Amino acid sequence: MTINVSMTVNGTQVSHDIEPRMLLVHFIRETLALTGTHWGCDTSNCGACVVRIDGQPVKSCTILAAMCDGHEVATVESLEVDGQLDPIQMGFHERHALQCGFCTPGMLMTTRALLDENPDPTDHEIRVAISGAICRCTGYKNIVSAVRWAADHEAATANREG
Amino acid sequence: MATVENLPSPSTERPIGFGRLKRKEDARFIRGQGTYLDDIRLPGMVHGAILRSPYAHARIVSIDTSRALAHPNVAAVVTAKDLETLGLAWMPTISYDTQAVLAGDKVRFQGQEVAFVIASDEYSANDALQLIDVEYEPLPAIVNARKALDLDAPLIRDDKAGQRDNLASPTWEAGDEAATNRAFAEADTVVSRDIIYPRCHPAPLETCGIVADFDPKTGQLNIWNGNQAPHAHRTVYAHVAGLAEHMIRIRCSDIGGGFGNKVPVYPGYVCAIAGSIVAGVPVKWIENRTENLVSTGFARDYVMRAEMCSKDGKITGLRVDVIADHGAFDSTAQPTKFPAGFFHIVCGSYDLQASHVKVKAVYTNKAPGGVAYRCSFRITEAVYLVERMVDALALEMKADPIDLRMRSFIAPGQFPYETTTGWTYDSGNYAETMKVAMDIAGYDDLRREQREKRERGELMGIGVAFFTEGVGAGPRKHMDILGLAMNDGADLRVHPSGKAVVSISAQTQGQGHETTFAQIVAEELGIPPEDIEVRQGDTDKSPYGLGTYGSRSTPVSGAAVAVVSRKVRDKARLIAATMLETRPEDLAWEKGRWYVKGDPEKGAMIEDIALRAYSGEPMPEGMEGGLDAQVIYDPPNLTYPYGAYIAVVDVDPDTAQVTVRRIIAVDDCGVRINPMIVDGQIHGGLAEGVGIALMELLSFDAEGNCLNSSFMDYLIPTALECPDFELGETVTPCPHHPLGAKGVGESPNVGSPPAIVNAVIDALYETHGVDHIDMPCTPARVWAAMQGRAEPPQ
Repeated sequence: MTINVSMTVNGTQVSHDIEPRMLLVHFIRETLALTGTHWGCDTSNCGACVVRIDGQPVKSCTILAAMCDGHEVATVESLEVDGQLDPIQMGFHERHALQCGFCTPGMLMTTRALLDENPDPTDHEIRVAISGAICRCTGYKNIVSAVRWAADHEAATANREG
Repeated sequence: MATVENLPSPSTERPIGFGRLKRKEDARFIRGQGTYLDDIRLPGMVHGAILRSPYAHARIVSIDTSRALAHPNVAAVVTAKDLETLGLAWMPTISYDTQAVLAGDKVRFQGQEVAFVIASDEYSANDALQLIDVEYEPLPAIVNARKALDLDAPLIRDDKAGQRDNLASPTWEAGDEAATNRAFAEADTVVSRDIIYPRCHPAPLETCGIVADFDPKTGQLNIWNGNQAPHAHRTVYAHVAGLAEHMIRIRCSDIGGGFGNKVPVYPGYVCAIAGSIVAGVPVKWIENRTENLVSTGFARDYVMRAEMCSKDGKITGLRVDVIADHGAFDSTAQPTKFPAGFFHIVCGSYDLQASHVKVKAVYTNKAPGGVAYRCSFRITEAVYLVERMVDALALEMKADPIDLRMRSFIAPGQFPYETTTGWTYDSGNYAETMKVAMDIAGYDDLRREQREKRERGELMGIGVAFFTEGVGAGPRKHMDILGLAMNDGADLRVHPSGKAVVSISAQTQGQGHETTFAQIVAEELGIPPEDIEVRQGDTDKSPYGLGTYGSRSTPVSGAAVAVVSRKVRDKARLIAATMLETRPEDLAWEKGRWYVKGDPEKGAMIEDIALRAYSGEPMPEGMEGGLDAQVIYDPPNLTYPYGAYIAVVDVDPDTAQVTVRRIIAVDDCGVRINPMIVDGQIHGGLAEGVGIALMELLSFDAEGNCLNSSFMDYLIPTALECPDFELGETVTPCPHHPLGAKGVGESPNVGSPPAIVNAVIDALYETHGVDHIDMPCTPARVWAAMQGRAEPPQ
């Protein structure tokens, strides 16, 4: 048995017949072949699978693809626009906030959502925001630093343009 | 004292060689364009799933696969019987034991592999697992290593001829028993402790898996598999499958963390390979998180008893007796001649009179393994034990734990230092490093704060650990795995354009090899790092070597890259002499250029020399064209990085919750090639240390049920449990490494657990009399200790 789901993924309308039980993470990775979104735990603990649904960061292993019918999904592949990296991507590079890179897409989507909500977070607010995501490599210190870098960069850009 | 973190990053200048160069590999990872194992898709690929045992110990009465085979999307169901016909029912482990690929006679741990289903998609494969009917006859299980050798203990390995008990390996000893007895007889203070380093798991964020693609037309076996030692894996597969090594190609692409978990060959790999050979199509098998935690290489599980003694205020002797729990099959990852790994580095950083170490290993009904979790072959257990014992001794002597260490350290003038268990430490200035850590911590102020807080009823602890590691295994005269010398190769080719490719046998799992190894070539040859491509992770395109674990990448593979670069530089000198019409001995080198000593304006750049080497111009007499070289590097000794760590913890008096407020980590890993990457490695290992000390535990009930089979129960620290780490450094170059580097990846995981546990005890000793607690220091366990009811983890 299959059902049809239609949603917008990274600005593109997609429509597929899928098993009703298919998780969003599998829909993104297998059906759409967008492999930037990872999975790491099956139990909503690790955050490697975080995408944004209508702007909210969501663990895509914890939601059925069918539940996203009619919604807007954004994955890590959406961050770079016309060859221009998002400041959060630049921050992760500048501050060595990734090593194996496996948690990085989820971390990027989580912290992008944080900065959209709170452009000037404290270190503790950053730590709270990423506390639903596990990184085994960095000890989080440089991730906090990267988010600060992006926040400062965006503030400086806004000042210049403002 | 400026900490490393406060130093400015030279981001505005492009460092040619060593320095905080930002990573080359980031470009793909920040775009979500890494290629991890589950991202591999091949035409016609099918999916495997494994049926696992619900019992820790049970006889298999029957397996009925007929209902699963009837599933419309199932291509095949493989059991031990099928593997027997291929000679693949059992496989060798990396410790010369055997391990069942699929259980035929009985299951020996919960989660053991029983059947392998191949289906068109992952969902169907998992559905079909529910359709396999296995009848088990449960047997009593052994989960406590101390009870494994009881006379009435059930025999776990009845498959092994002559095996009459659960002894996995006989007692192995190091040090001098008689001299140790004398040291204890002459001592004025003696302490003893029973200490467990509980079973934990490396749990890389990407689980293990494989894509196996056997081509029946050519006989070629293509494997995609994130593992830490692709060349060694290929040799194992060649033996197991009876294929020539050149007919097997392993590609690793990007690996989402390893930490030791991706060293062994797992049954799922063999099943997928067998499945592809039988089915003639590519087979992908990726384990889920529970499978990763319950069946693949765990770490530690050392049950230790130790005594330490002192005389005249200085540590003099150490006696250790260990039971190692290897689980149902001995698949520990150790060099052959070291069945307890490098545990006998347990004599630590101290100038002892004598020490004696005994280790024996037992089988239990728990998952097999005994891999290092970010640690060089049992050094983590050793350092944890000795650093806990030093603190126990300091308590007994009513001495400050740093003072006791300072009095007992090996002095700088004693290096190279022969330890009481036979290691030759290369270089060190331990007291200096300890002092840097005390300065950053503000040690005296912390002690004052602690006294004030105690008066207010607040519980604060300060813990110290000082470690010496032996990494970079290892010299071929001492060290091999499955008979393979622990050496690494490097091939370097400078192209006519002056751009270069270096191929290495080490295998990154996030360590940043593409950047660091390019920096080594850049430093040696003056070629900008962005013009140097680092190749790894493809057995067809890289030289033979034993891979990345035991912090061996920089000590062994990094040395290989330095040496191969120097070989190229030497060849370039001869070519330059011909170009400049002078003698080679009249030339001097500066970054990227050979020039005439008496006439520095006259010289040849490396790219001009490279172009010449491939051109029609004459080469030096008898020299072949081209500018390339290869080496196999055999390290003369291990390298011995060390460090001083201080942890500050607060314990909630009402809930017993431990908060790690500060960790100060001062590492001396010799010369740092990319200090940014070194810092990142230390941060990561410290977080794992916080996890091991406070949260991470694989525990079992009496029936052998694993109680921590998902991240709901196997707790990994998040950003909220980890403090803002404070780093410092001293630099004592390794005298025998071509770059003076020592390796660092595992140091923070080695040094931080004892610092944190010592801090917890320091917080609770005066007020609650707690002089020992086993990890992990969860609120429940700390609370029990505060009530005088400390229990070892099970």
